[in-house]
Amino acid sequence: MSEKQDIHWLCRPATIKALWIIGITILVICVALEFFIHPHPYFGIDGWFGFNAWFGFASCAVMVIFAKILGIFLKRKDTYYDD
Amino acid sequence: MMINSALPPGLILILGALFLPGFIGNARKTLMLLLPVLTMYMIWAVPDGVQLTIPFLDYTLEPLEGDKLSRLFATIFTLMAFVGGIFALNQKSDIELMSAYAYAGGAVGVAMAGDLLTVFVFWEFMAVASTLVIWSARTKESYSASMRYIIVHLFGGVILMIGILGQVYASGSVEFGAMKADSWWTWMILAGFLINAGAPPFSAWLPDAYPSASWSGSVFLSAFTTKTAVYVLIRSFPGENVLIFVGLYMVFYGIIYALLENDMRRILAYSIINQVGFMVTGIGIGTEMALNGAAAHAFAHIIYKALLLMSAGAVIHAINKRKCTDLGGLYKAMPLTMICGTIGALAISGFPLTSGFTTKTMIAGAAADQHMATVWFLLEAASAGVFLHAGIKFPWFVFFQRAPGYVEREFGAEPKDPPFNMKLAMVIFAALCIGLGVYPEPLYALLPYTVDYVAYTGAHVVHMLELLLFAGFAFFVLLKMMKRTLTITLDFDWFYRKFFNLLHEEFVIKHGGAAFQSFKDNSQKRINAVIKHIFKHHGPEGVLARSWPTGSMVLWVAVLLGVYLLIYYV
Repeated sequence: MSEKQDIHWLCRPATIKALWIIGITILVICVALEFFIHPHPYFGIDGWFGFNAWFGFASCAVMVIFAKILGIFLKRKDTYYDD
Repeated sequence: MMINSALPPGLILILGALFLPGFIGNARKTLMLLLPVLTMYMIWAVPDGVQLTIPFLDYTLEPLEGDKLSRLFATIFTLMAFVGGIFALNQKSDIELMSAYAYAGGAVGVAMAGDLLTVFVFWEFMAVASTLVIWSARTKESYSASMRYIIVHLFGGVILMIGILGQVYASGSVEFGAMKADSWWTWMILAGFLINAGAPPFSAWLPDAYPSASWSGSVFLSAFTTKTAVYVLIRSFPGENVLIFVGLYMVFYGIIYALLENDMRRILAYSIINQVGFMVTGIGIGTEMALNGAAAHAFAHIIYKALLLMSAGAVIHAINKRKCTDLGGLYKAMPLTMICGTIGALAISGFPLTSGFTTKTMIAGAAADQHMATVWFLLEAASAGVFLHAGIKFPWFVFFQRAPGYVEREFGAEPKDPPFNMKLAMVIFAALCIGLGVYPEPLYALLPYTVDYVAYTGAHVVHMLELLLFAGFAFFVLLKMMKRTLTITLDFDWFYRKFFNLLHEEFVIKHGGAAFQSFKDNSQKRINAVIKHIFKHHGPEGVLARSWPTGSMVLWVAVLLGVYLLIYYV
C-alpha cells in the first residue's frame, strides 16, 4: 500500500484546500447577511458594516500576539518545577 | 433545640458518600445513581423561606432556606453529581468517589444555607473533600498539587472566617444576604469568596490542581468550587462595582494563559477562570438581567465544562496522555469523544443553537443596556477569544492536527472510545448543551428574576456568527504562532513554589557561611537539650505523662466536635 492511500480523506491536501474555500465562502456569506438582517447597534461603532467580523478577527490577533510576547518572558520548560 | 423534619439535602449526598466505599460492584453503582436522585427530590421538596432553625450561642442558624437562586444552583450541582457519577461508575478509587460525592453535597449545602456560619462550614468541608479528590489520583504530582491547593483554600477560609466574625459582630446577626464592600470585614468576606472563584492574584491554584486529578476527578472538580463562589457572590455582592474589574481581568487572564498552555486539561482549567470571569463581571453589573445571565451562564457552564473535561478524561483513559505535544489526530479512533468534545467546545464559545449562546449573551446584553461601552467591547473581544482558546484550540490539537513527530502506534493498543457509561454521560451532557441552546425556556423559568430577553433575534445570531467565525479564521491564519511547545507558563504560584525557596537557599547557604553554620548548630543543640529535658518528664516514660498522649486527645476532641456538628444537623 502506498503512503498516499494511507492518508485519511480529511487530511488529503485537496480536501484541505476545499475546506479553506468553503470556509472563506461561509465567512463572506456571513458578512453579506448584514444586507438582509440589520444589526442592532448599541454604541454606534458596532453598527458599522461588518463590525463584528473585523472586531472578532482583530481582537483575536491582538490576543495571540500579546500571548506570544508574554510567552517570551514567562514560558519555561515543563520540567521547571520538578526538582 | 428546635428541629423540624427538614434535613438539608446536601447532607444526603454527604452521608451517603460515607457509605460508598462499603459497597462494591453493582450495589455501589446503584447507590451512586440513587443518591443524587434522592437529593434532587429533597431539593425540590424545600418550599421558599427558612425551613430549619438551630439556636447557636446567641444566634440562630438557618441551615436550610429555599428560594429560586438556591434551587437553581442546588439543582445543577446535583445534576452534575448524577451525570459525573455515571461517567465515574468504573472509577476504582473509592476514596475519590466518596470525596467527590461529599464535595457535591458540600456545594448543595452552601447553595441552600441561610446563614453565614452554615455557609462557612460547608465551604471548608468542600475544601477538604476536593483536596481528597485531587489526592486520590495517587501520583506524586497530584499529591504535591493537592497540598498547594489546600493551603490556598485554608488561607482563603481564614480570610473568610475573619470577615464573617467581623460581620456577625457588627450586625449582630449571622444572616447571609446582600452586603456592600464598605468595611474591612465585608472586604474580607468578598476576598474569601473571590479566592475560591479563581480571582487574581491566587488564580493559579486552579490550573495547578484540577489537571492533576484522575480522568474522572477533574470532571467533578470543574463544577463545584468556582460555581459555589459565583452563587455566594450573586447572593451577597450583587452590583459590587469592583467585581466588574476583577471579572474582566479573569476573562483575559484565562484566554492568554490558555493560549500559551500545552496540557489539554490545563487549557480547560484556564478557561474555567475565563468563564467564571464572565459571571463575576455580570454580578458586578448587578442588574436583574446581568444576575440572571450570571446564574444561567453558571448552569450552562457546569454542563459544557464537565463535557469538555469528560472528553479529555476519555482521552486520558484511553491513552494516558495529556499534553498537546503528544496528541492530535484522535478523530478517527475516538469519533464519539471527538463529537461530544466539539459540541462542548461550540457551547463554551456561545455558538447559536448551543447553551452558551442562550446564557452568556445575557451578560453582554446587560452591559449594553447599562451603556457600559468599555465593558461591552471587552466582553465581545473576550467572546471571540473563548472560541480561539477553548472552542478551537482544544479540539484542534487533541482530535485533529497531529503533533509533529506523533507516532500512531506508540500507545501500544489502538485508542478507542471509552466504555458505555462514559459515553452515555458525554451524550447526556452534549444533548443538554444543544437542548438548552435550542429551547432555553425551562432554564429561564428557573432563574431568580423574570427573564425579559430573547436570544434568537436575527441581529443577535448574525452578530455572534460573524464574531466567532472570524475568530476561527484568525486561529487558522495565525496557526503558526500557536505552535505547541513543551512548556509551562509562570504564574503567581511561582512565588510560593520557587521564589521563597530561592530566597531560603540564598540566605542559608551563600551568605550564611561558617559563622551562620555554627550559630545554627549551637541553636540546634540548645533546642535539642530542651526537647530532651521535656521528653524526660513528659515523654512516654515520663513522670508527668501518665495519661493519654496529647495526640490522641486532639483526635478525640476532633471526633467529638464532628459528632456534635452532625447531631446538630440531624
